[in-house]
Amino acid sequence: MAEYTLAAPLTDDVVEKLRAGDLVFLNGIIYTGRDAAHKKLFELIQEGKELPVDLKGQIIYYVGPSPARPGQVIGSAGPTTSGRMDAYTPALLDLGLKGMIGKGLRSQEVLDSIKKNKAVYFAATGGAAALISKRIVKSEVVAYPELGPEAIYCLEVEGFPVIVVNDAHGGDLYSMGRKQYQGE
Amino acid sequence: MKTIKYEDIVSVVSGLCQEANYYLEEDVLEAFKKSREQEVSPLGISILDQLIENAKIAREERMPMCQDTGFAVFFVEVGQDVRIEGGVLEDAINEGVRQGYTEGYLRKSIVGHPLERKNTGDNTPAIVYTTLVAGDKLKITIAPKGGGSENMSGVRMLKPAQGVEGVKNFVIETVDKAGSNPCPPIVVGVGIGGTMEKAALLAKQALLRPLDRRHDDSSIAALEEELLERINKLGIGPQGLGGRTTALAVNVEIFPAHIASLPVAVNINCHSARHKSIIL
Repeated sequence: MAEYTLAAPLTDDVVEKLRAGDLVFLNGIIYTGRDAAHKKLFELIQEGKELPVDLKGQIIYYVGPSPARPGQVIGSAGPTTSGRMDAYTPALLDLGLKGMIGKGLRSQEVLDSIKKNKAVYFAATGGAAALISKRIVKSEVVAYPELGPEAIYCLEVEGFPVIVVNDAHGGDLYSMGRKQYQGE
Repeated sequence: MKTIKYEDIVSVVSGLCQEANYYLEEDVLEAFKKSREQEVSPLGISILDQLIENAKIAREERMPMCQDTGFAVFFVEVGQDVRIEGGVLEDAINEGVRQGYTEGYLRKSIVGHPLERKNTGDNTPAIVYTTLVAGDKLKITIAPKGGGSENMSGVRMLKPAQGVEGVKNFVIETVDKAGSNPCPPIVVGVGIGGTMEKAALLAKQALLRPLDRRHDDSSIAALEEELLERINKLGIGPQGLGGRTTALAVNVEIFPAHIASLPVAVNINCHSARHKSIIL
C-alpha cells in the first residue's frame, strides 16, 4: 500500500504505477456524472455525436451532491453506487476516460475495459459526504443544468482522498481485501 | 381529548428531517469508536476515522452526513385520544418534509413515477406507517433511508422445515452478496415471521432499535450476536475494502407466522443509521 498525491487529469505513466490498495490524494480537475448524465453521454456516443466534455485523461466522480448553503462551494458530496453506471462505462473508457471515483462493485465488462484501456477505478468513502465536500474548492456546471444534482459539474479538488480499487493491471482490492481478512 | 394543531406537526416534522440528517445518534458514533479499536485493517481504520470526523463536521456545520438524505420514512403512533386540528396527519407530514428538505438544504431524491422517473422536487411523498395506540400522545419517528443500502435488501419465503439455519443462511447470503455496495459498516435489520410485507416492515422497524440494545427474548438476542459474529468474519470490512468491521449490529424482530410459512426479510442500512423521534 503506497500513498500518492496526484494531479488530475491523469496521464498514462501515473495510472500505470498505481496498484489496488494505494491511498491517493487528488489535486486538480475532476468531472461529476451519475445515472442520467451517463445515459445522455452514452446516447451521444451511439449517435456518433460530440460530447459536451472531452474525456481524454479525465476522471469522473459518481456523485449527486446535496444543495449548497449560501456561501458554500458545494453541499455534502459523497460517492454513489458505481454499478449503476456499468452499462455505459466501457464506451467512455474507449474514448479516453482514465479514472472513475465511486463506491461498490463493477461488472466484469468494466473490469476488462479498465485493463484494456489502462484506466483506474477509485473508491471514495461512501457516507463521508460532509468531509469530502471540504476537499472541493470550486464547482461549476458544465453540461445538463436541467438535471439538477445529476448535472455534469467540473470540480476543482485539493487533497481529495480516494483508494485504488481496480488498477490497470487487473488488481482488485474488493476481492483481495476480503480474502485477506476472511475468517478473522 | 388532546388537540394538536396541523401547523405544529408541520414544523416538528421539518425539524426532524433536518436533525436526523445532520446529527448522528450517539449509539452509532459509539459503535464507530468501538469498531475502530477492534479493526485490524489499516485502510479500515482510516475509513472509520473519516466517518468519525465526518459526523463531527456534519454536526458543527449543520450539513447532511451523507448527500443521499433518503426517502423520508415515518413511523407514527397516534394516541386514540388525540385530535388533529386544521388538516389531515399525512398532509402535515408531507408539508413538513417539503419544508424540511428545502429549508435544510437536503437532497431531493424522489421521482414521482417509478418508470417515468421525474423528480418531484421536494422529496415528497413521505412513506408513513401509522399505528393507533392508547393515550393522548402523538409520537413521530423519522428514519430517512438511502437508496444504496435499500437496493441490497431482500425478502425470502422459506419453508418452515428450513428453520433457524435457513434464516441464518439467508441473512449471511444477503450481506455477502451486497459486499461493498451498501456502504459498510452496515446495520442489519431482520424480520422473521408474519406475511411477506409484515416481515419486510419488521426488518425496517428493527433498524430503529439502538445498536447497543439486544432483543428482550434471550434466544433472539443470541441469534443477533451469532449473526453479527459470522457477518464480521466475511472479511468485507469498512467500505468493502477488507477488515473485521462489516456490520455494527444485527437487530432482529419476530412475529407469529402461518403454519405453512417462514418469511424472512433483511433490510440493510448504511452506517448513516439515521432516526429521530419526538413525542407531542
